[in-house]
Amino acid sequence: MVMIDESTARAEIICANAPEGMLAELTHRCPLQCAYCSNPIELERVNHEMTTAEWKSVFTQAAEMGVLQIHLSGGEPTLRTDLEEIVAHTSALGLYSNLITAAVTIDRARLARLVDCGLDHVQISFQDADPENSNRIGNIKGGFDKKIAVAGWLAEMDVPLTVNAPMHRQNIDNLEAVIDLAERLGAIRLEVAHVQYYGWALKNRAALMPTYAQTMRSAEIVARAQERLKGIMGIDFVVPDYYALTPKPCMGGWASRFLNVTPSGKVLPCHAAESIAGLKFDNVRERRLRDIWMDSTAFNAFRGTEWMREPCRTCDRREIDFGGCRCQAFAVTGNAANADPACAKSSFNLGLVAMAEREAETAPPPFVYRRFQKAVV
Amino acid sequence: MAETAQYTPRTRLIITEATRPALRRFVRLHHDAGRGRTVLLAPERIVEPDEIAVDVLKLCDGSISLGAIAVELAKTYDAPELDIRADITDLLQDLADKGYIKDHSIGDDR
Ligand code: SF4
Ligand code: SF4
Repeated sequence: MVMIDESTARAEIICANAPEGMLAELTHRCPLQCAYCSNPIELERVNHEMTTAEWKSVFTQAAEMGVLQIHLSGGEPTLRTDLEEIVAHTSALGLYSNLITAAVTIDRARLARLVDCGLDHVQISFQDADPENSNRIGNIKGGFDKKIAVAGWLAEMDVPLTVNAPMHRQNIDNLEAVIDLAERLGAIRLEVAHVQYYGWALKNRAALMPTYAQTMRSAEIVARAQERLKGIMGIDFVVPDYYALTPKPCMGGWASRFLNVTPSGKVLPCHAAESIAGLKFDNVRERRLRDIWMDSTAFNAFRGTEWMREPCRTCDRREIDFGGCRCQAFAVTGNAANADPACAKSSFNLGLVAMAEREAETAPPPFVYRRFQKAVV
Repeated sequence: MAETAQYTPRTRLIITEATRPALRRFVRLHHDAGRGRTVLLAPERIVEPDEIAVDVLKLCDGSISLGAIAVELAKTYDAPELDIRADITDLLQDLADKGYIKDHSIGDDR
């Protein structure tokens, strides 16, 4: 008699559709206070953070369901004193690990320990190539010099570095200097990412929104640098989609290739998903990761194309950009099932572009720096 | 800035017949059992090479030249060596441009 092992059959189905990448927000604590942070306004507090054992179980479950790469992020992940143990665990599971850090809270010895534990790659954020402006944007004294030092240690240890440079109106005119800096630091990749507007960035949109002319110029600078640096440093460019005609694709579609775990164990289809009011997120403290991936309401809410309305429902780009960003659709139109307002077919598009231009041409208001809210019970 | 003093500009690695290619330390050829395929795990990227590319990459250990790899694979696939060599050169140049390949023939063996 042939025995059908149901658990194996189920595991195979899950693997074929499993996410390849997982973002682990180990903590929301951070020494910087960047006004463009994509973390939610309601940051999660240290006493809600998962324990080392809980995180290890999450990574084990992730590897079992088919995740290949993990991004250790935050907040600032190096504030977790158990980071070495976590990295060693993910490395033993065969996961490719990426540390996403502001690089102001790590010394050489600790970096070396993390590399010994199997850390594969490091991404350092730079707020600007100009030290003073960089420190101002992150609201941190002396941060810039520390980042430069960490990048130097990585080069000595032959650990690959990606420089991440979030761009907005208060640093965009220094883009060429940012590219030079990344090249000099020996980065193998540079991400020039125009800020996306949700979380803290949405609160600070008027202080961040570049003009159309600045945006177009940045695209030209990147294109020239990509040509010049071919084979030396790759440059990924995230365009600011308020000025584009078609929206930025939601990465492979909502709940299709990626998941995000918050410090307290909530599992999100994308790092900004909590900005969508009304969605309920399951927690790994209560359900297995694979069950959340397969069955939770938040993951199924915008999976595939069934949920779409016009103009997306009948649009021939619906499986290319998946209707754009759900979070932006919610933030601007009030309904996450609408087309991304960055799409020219959205009835909200003209208003959005006009608003962006208006904001960009007015003097920037002061930053609302990213902080924990007061008076939380 | 301190680092400017020792800075020497990097150059693009050009793949030729004499190149002794190997994957950089931080790029891993990984058997993805769940999906029944082999992938390259690299910084913020997962590359899915086809079967022939996987065979090429398995021979890229820095000990033999691209020319020698072409000879070997021409036998395995019973295909013209020149075609194979051209294909391998394209494949490895593409990966080199992503920063994934080093060349042991020029002492780049980190
Ligand atoms: S919903 Fe928006 S923020 Fe989330 S993954 Fe899709 S495009 Fe990105
Ligand atoms: S209508 Fe929807 S699917 Fe079509 S391009 Fe716009 S956002 Fe994308």
